[in-house]
Amino acid sequence: MSMPDDLVVYDARLSSRFLLGTARYPSPAILAEAIRAAGAEIVTVSLRREAGGSRAGESFWRLIRELGVRVLPNTAGCRTAKEAVATAQMARELFGTSWIKLEVIGEEDTLQPDVFGLVEAARILSDDGFCVFPYTTEDLVVAEKLLDAGCRVLMPWAAPIGSGRGINNLFGLRALRAHFPNTPLIVDAGLGAPSQAAAVMELGFDAALLNTAVARAGDPVAMARAFSLAIEAGRAAYLSGLMEPRDMAAPSTPVLGRAFDDGLEA
Amino acid sequence: MRIRVNGQTLEIEAPTLERLIEELGFSEQTVATAVNQEFVRSKDRGETLLVEDDTIEIVTPRQGG
Repeated sequence: MSMPDDLVVYDARLSSRFLLGTARYPSPAILAEAIRAAGAEIVTVSLRREAGGSRAGESFWRLIRELGVRVLPNTAGCRTAKEAVATAQMARELFGTSWIKLEVIGEEDTLQPDVFGLVEAARILSDDGFCVFPYTTEDLVVAEKLLDAGCRVLMPWAAPIGSGRGINNLFGLRALRAHFPNTPLIVDAGLGAPSQAAAVMELGFDAALLNTAVARAGDPVAMARAFSLAIEAGRAAYLSGLMEPRDMAAPSTPVLGRAFDDGLEA
Repeated sequence: MRIRVNGQTLEIEAPTLERLIEELGFSEQTVATAVNQEFVRSKDRGETLLVEDDTIEIVTPRQGG
């Protein structure tokens, strides 16, 4: 019997390595079905301004609670450490969790993290008791500083948010994995196809977080299932030990004993 | 007194953040608040006095990636 391959992140032990975002689905019912089809145990949520008397936020929150999944609130759209810290504190009160997906955005076209603000906010929030999940780049030095700041997990991008480009910097991600073998690394952002999710899992990343590729698919529920299978397959492949690629062919069928092979040149 | 709430300028009567939330119709909802980019806990809203030009954020749960 094989041992369970759970992922431990902060105080949670997870059997699913698929984290799913909750934005941009065609309807709340499809969102709920997609979460079930994904088998996700963690979903990301946000907080936004609401007009008095509107109940949009409340009905969404009821839906998520009924699904019984753990929520990971984000600080999406924050441009400074100060904004991100205040948003995280509001999220902790609203959602009743000290988990926070920390985003401090530094550039509009790529939505690239402002890693200086990110490290600053990560330190303040970690000191305040938060379990910080920082959305970061593949930069090794930034990763080290985030761990120094108190983070126990890192969430590097594969490509810009919502781009669906897959792995933009293969070397960078491989280096990050190799440099931090014992830190949970969750690839967040830029995955557009199940094959891309499988690819990051084959590199040894611990989990994948995505949203747009599922939410904007023609059939989000079926796509959630497809990503779930791919993430599971990629993880199994990583654990199994992938063969090293080589330049030339190597016959898979034994050569010795082939009929008509009398050792003479044709 | 003139303040900004969720990006809009409003003329209000409420002396405290708690009264403002009632005035705007949020009192039966789960909301979180910040004043001038500083988080204000729900239990502290009654003692949080508002002054001219304050910037208030009132947020609720929403979908996110």
